[in-house]
Amino acid sequence: MERIIIHSDMNSCYASIECSLNPELCGKPVAVGGRKEDRHGIILAKNEEAKRYGVKTGEVIWQAQRKCPDLVIVPPHFDIYMKYSRLASQIYADYSDRIEPMGLDEVWCDLTGYAKTYKEANAMADEIRSRFKDELGITVSIGISFNKIFAKLCSDLAGRDEVYTVTPDNFKEKIWTLPVSSMMGIGRKTAVQLKNYCINTIGDLAASDSEWLRSVFGVCGLDMYRNANGLDMSSVAKYGEYPEVKSIGHGVTCKEDLTDNDQVWRVFLSLSQLVAKKLKAEKMIASGVQISIRDNQLVTKQFQCETPISTRSAFEIATAAFSLFEKQYTWRNNVRALSVRAINLEDEDTPLQLDLYNDYRKHDRQMKIEDTVLDLRRRFGENAIKNCCLMLEDKIPGESDNKPTPFMRDFRKGEKK
Amino acid sequence: MQKRKIFVEVIIRVDEEGNNYPECIFFERERKYFIDKVIDVRRACATKTGGTAMRYTVRIGSKTTYLFEDEGKWFVEAS
Repeated sequence: MERIIIHSDMNSCYASIECSLNPELCGKPVAVGGRKEDRHGIILAKNEEAKRYGVKTGEVIWQAQRKCPDLVIVPPHFDIYMKYSRLASQIYADYSDRIEPMGLDEVWCDLTGYAKTYKEANAMADEIRSRFKDELGITVSIGISFNKIFAKLCSDLAGRDEVYTVTPDNFKEKIWTLPVSSMMGIGRKTAVQLKNYCINTIGDLAASDSEWLRSVFGVCGLDMYRNANGLDMSSVAKYGEYPEVKSIGHGVTCKEDLTDNDQVWRVFLSLSQLVAKKLKAEKMIASGVQISIRDNQLVTKQFQCETPISTRSAFEIATAAFSLFEKQYTWRNNVRALSVRAINLEDEDTPLQLDLYNDYRKHDRQMKIEDTVLDLRRRFGENAIKNCCLMLEDKIPGESDNKPTPFMRDFRKGEKK
Repeated sequence: MQKRKIFVEVIIRVDEEGNNYPECIFFERERKYFIDKVIDVRRACATKTGGTAMRYTVRIGSKTTYLFEDEGKWFVEAS
């Protein structure tokens, strides 16, 4: 049976939702921007009117306002965007049981078996479009094709509130003439590399020798070849089915630049606690740590190392991250943003090969302490118990917003007595 | 004229399957309106005041109007 897959993309998602929530904004150039005070003052999304002024996603708010003085900046409301994403999934679920989200605003939906022909699929796509307008007040671009890669490409080609279809009969005329960079999985750097070999269009890539592509780009080269020839056979995940977790990370852009190792340690400790909490929820342990450092010149570097023991302890993850930082970072510039990622994840019940060089009793004690801390936080709130060094931390957004919890209030009452 | 969201108190009847049927609206706690018929129930965006909610098309006397329910709170669009 021929596969029919659609890819649906909510147009200017965050900005459209903001306009839908506040009809007074309709017709005005609107952008969703982060908080300047937290140094997140960049454009996260913009609507069509703002796009006309040349406002770009990721640019600094003052640059955007210079291009468009009347630009209305609204703060992000992620909980509401999540709600809209959930409601959108409910709409797709009326058409197929195979729905695979890609972020909050994009989704693949496998209509194989639900639509017998492309004509039927088009009718379904039109219905989805109109339901989005009526029920959520936002528009979507929908691409229809016979595999996920081409469906995604089609939704990029479709205009606002439009449907674009590519079938096995016409993909050569419609897709092979497009630049390679328009295909999913080919980034800016790969596109430049391909250009150096005179591969400019998807058609050029499809006509290349697959073995040669593999020798130059490795496994990715083969994927690119398959994708360009419409041979991608990856399936759309079932609704509610999530891919296996490969890594768990957290990052933060600090309110002010970090200037010494002590400050960096505190940020790593704070981030590692969030990572450890997620590891516990996923019942996983990590045998590696990856850090990412962004300096005040906006240069990002990434390093990774193995941990001595597979762990989900925040302290051990932070220690590994910090020693990696100390080893690799030369303090030529102050640090603007940091992230910690637990990698090489395995199930927490995986048997552990002990050795003579690590103190496993200390590790077990540490894990017990941290489990108790997590339990206290679950019962009495996130700020119920904190590392002393984080009590007065004011460079991490959110870290100094100490709302007293019932536990802290009881504790203070006890102190007064 | 600019419409605004006015949250209202509602008396609801819930059937065996858990469906809600609004029966009476208290508008700004002063005026009471009995709903004669629920004509339609669907998710829809509140075009005049913004946002999305379950929209109940209801008939009150000879007038047809919309009543919205969003996460347990009920509202009407009024000027």
